[in-house]
Amino acid sequence: MSFIPGEPVTAVVQRIEIQKLRQGENLILGFSIGGGIDQDPGQNPFSEDKTDKGIYVTRVTPGGPAEVADLRMGDKIMQVNGWDMTMVTHDQARKRLTKKNEDVVRLLVTRQGLESAVRNARM
Amino acid sequence: MDNESQYSGYSYKSSHSRSSRKHRDRRDRHRSKSRDSSSRGDKSVTIQAPGEPLLDTESTRGDERDDNWGETTTVVTGTSEHSISNEDLTRASKELEDSSPLECRRFAAPVLSGALGLFALLTPLAFLLLPQLLWRDQLEPCGVPCEGLYVSLAFKLLVLALSSWALFLRPQRATLPRLFVFRGLLMALLFLFVASYWLFYGVRVLEPRERDYRGIVGYAASLVDALLFIQYLALVLLEVRQMQPAFCLKVVRTTDGASRFYNIGHLSIQRAAVWVLEQYYSDFPVYNPALLNLPKSILSKKMSGFKVYSLGEENSTNNSTGQSRAMIAAAARRRDNSHNEYYYEEAEMERRVRKRKARLVVAVEEAFTHIKRLQDDEPAASSPKHPREVMDPREAAQAIFAPMARAMQKYLRTTRQQPYHSMESIIAHLQFCITHNMTPKAFLERYLTTGPTMQYQRESSSRGRQWTLVSEEPVTSALRQGQVFSLRRLDFSLVVTVTSLPFLNLGEEFIDPKSHKFVMRLQSETSV
Repeated sequence: MSFIPGEPVTAVVQRIEIQKLRQGENLILGFSIGGGIDQDPGQNPFSEDKTDKGIYVTRVTPGGPAEVADLRMGDKIMQVNGWDMTMVTHDQARKRLTKKNEDVVRLLVTRQGLESAVRNARM
Repeated sequence: MDNESQYSGYSYKSSHSRSSRKHRDRRDRHRSKSRDSSSRGDKSVTIQAPGEPLLDTESTRGDERDDNWGETTTVVTGTSEHSISNEDLTRASKELEDSSPLECRRFAAPVLSGALGLFALLTPLAFLLLPQLLWRDQLEPCGVPCEGLYVSLAFKLLVLALSSWALFLRPQRATLPRLFVFRGLLMALLFLFVASYWLFYGVRVLEPRERDYRGIVGYAASLVDALLFIQYLALVLLEVRQMQPAFCLKVVRTTDGASRFYNIGHLSIQRAAVWVLEQYYSDFPVYNPALLNLPKSILSKKMSGFKVYSLGEENSTNNSTGQSRAMIAAAARRRDNSHNEYYYEEAEMERRVRKRKARLVVAVEEAFTHIKRLQDDEPAASSPKHPREVMDPREAAQAIFAPMARAMQKYLRTTRQQPYHSMESIIAHLQFCITHNMTPKAFLERYLTTGPTMQYQRESSSRGRQWTLVSEEPVTSALRQGQVFSLRRLDFSLVVTVTSLPFLNLGEEFIDPKSHKFVMRLQSETSV
C-alpha cells in the first residue's frame, strides 16, 4: 500500500457494497473512519506507511450493515461511489459517505494481505 | 378637496384679493353642491376639522356671500394704535435679551470671594506691620529666628498668591441656579478662620500692646500655614474629587435623537449639568430643525380620502369618540404603504444630495486652480504681456468665489444648511483657507459634514446661552445611579440619565512563556 510520490498509486482492491440502514431519520453505515489530509498520520495504528494520509476504517459496529458487507477494521478506503478518498480531508470523507439521497455505497477498499492473497490465488 | 379642511374658515377669506376670491367662491359653490347631493343621497356625516362648520354654514347661503362677506367674517389685522404686532413683540423680546440688567448677578459671587481671598492674603502682613506702626519703640528686638520666619513667610505668601491666581482667578463659565455648596463651604470656612484670627489678634495683641515680637511673627506664620491648608482643601474639593470617573451619563437630544455617553466623577447635579453642556457644544452636531420631519406628502397620504359613514342622525357630539375610534381601527387594518414611499423618498433625496455634492466638489477644485500663492523671490510681473496683479487674501477669495457660488448655493439648499452659512461667511472662510494654504477638500469639510454646535456660534453674544435645568431632586444633591434630569432650551432639550460605572473585579493569571507549545490535530474518528 505504499506509494511513490509522482507515480500513480496502484493497489489491489476489494469491492464492497453496503446498504445503508435507516435509524430514525439518519442513514447509518455502521463503521467509523479516521485519517485524512488534515490529520496526523503518525497516530494511525492500521497503516503500514506512517506518512499515509488516507481514510481508514477504525471500528466496525457488530451486526451493522458494514459488517454484513464484509468490511473489516483497518481497511483503507480508496473510492466511495466513484469519488476518490486517497487525498481528501476528514470532513470531506465523512460527507461523501453520509449523503442523504444515496441508499447504497459502493466502496473500493484495500487491506494488507490482499496482494499476497491474490498472488497466492494466481499461482 | 376633502383633505383641505384643515385651515380655519376666516383667515382665508380676509387676506386675498377680490378676483381670486370670486374664483374660490365659484369653486366653493360647486363643492357645496356636491356635498348637498351626497347628504341627500345616503344621510352621511363627514368627519370634519373644527374649521369646517364655518364653511358649511356659509356655503349653504348662496349668492349673498359675495356682498356681505365684510360683515360676518372676523379679520386679524396687522397693527393698530392700541395693539402691537408680532414683529414688535419679537423685537422687544430681543432687546430684552440683549440688554443686561441681570449682568451684575453673574459677577456677585466671584467678586465676593475674590475680596475675601485678598483680605485673607493681606492679613498676615497686617499682623506684622501693625505692631511696628503703632508701638515700635516698645517692641523687643528679635534677631535671627525672626528673619528666618520672615523669609519663610514671604515664600509661603508668594506660593499662596500664585496658586490662588492659577486656580481660582479664572473667568466663570456658568451661573448655577443654586448655591455651589463646596465653594460656599470654603468661603465660610475661610471667613470664620480669618475672623477668629483677627479676634484673637485684637484681644491678645492690640489691646495689651504685646511686646514679644517673635510671638507675633510666629502667629502670622501659623496663619499662613493654615491658609495653605485651606487652599489644599479647596483644591481637593473643587478640582480633584471629580476627576476619578464614577458615573456614566447618557445624553440624548429630544428632537433628533443624537446621543452621547460621558464618564464623570462625583459631582452635584448642577455641576454635572454645566459639564455636560460644555461637552454638548463641541460634541453634538448642530440642531437643524429643517431636517426633522418626514415630508408632508408621505404623512398626509395616510389620512386622505377616508370617510366614516354612520347611519342615523347627526348627533356628532356624543358619537365623535366612537367615530374616531372606528377611524383609527380601520386605518390600522388598512394596508399601509407609507413606508414604501418613505424608502423611495429617502433614496431619491440621497441621490440628489450626492449629485449636488459632486458638482460642488468639481466646481471648488476648479476654482482653486485659478490662484496660486506668490513666492517671495519671484518677481511680481513676470512678463510685460501678462502683468499679474497682486491680491490680498480677501480679494483673491472674492475672485474665485464667483464660479463656485451657484454650485455651493444649490448644495446648501439641498442639505438645508443655508441658514447657517451666509455668503459673507463663505467668503470669509474661503479667505481663511487660502491664507493657510488649504486644499479644496479642507475648504469643503466645513460644508460637507455637519459640525458641532460650537462651530456655528456667534461670538458677539456676551450674555451667554440660557438653559433651564429640570430635575425632580434638588440640584445641589450628588449624582446617583438612576437619576434623570433634563436641560431645556426653547425648542429642544437634552435628557441626561445617570448610571454608575460597574465595579471591576480584576483577577490575575500568570502564563509561563515556555508553555506555548503546539501539536498537530489528533486523529479524529467519525462514525458514519
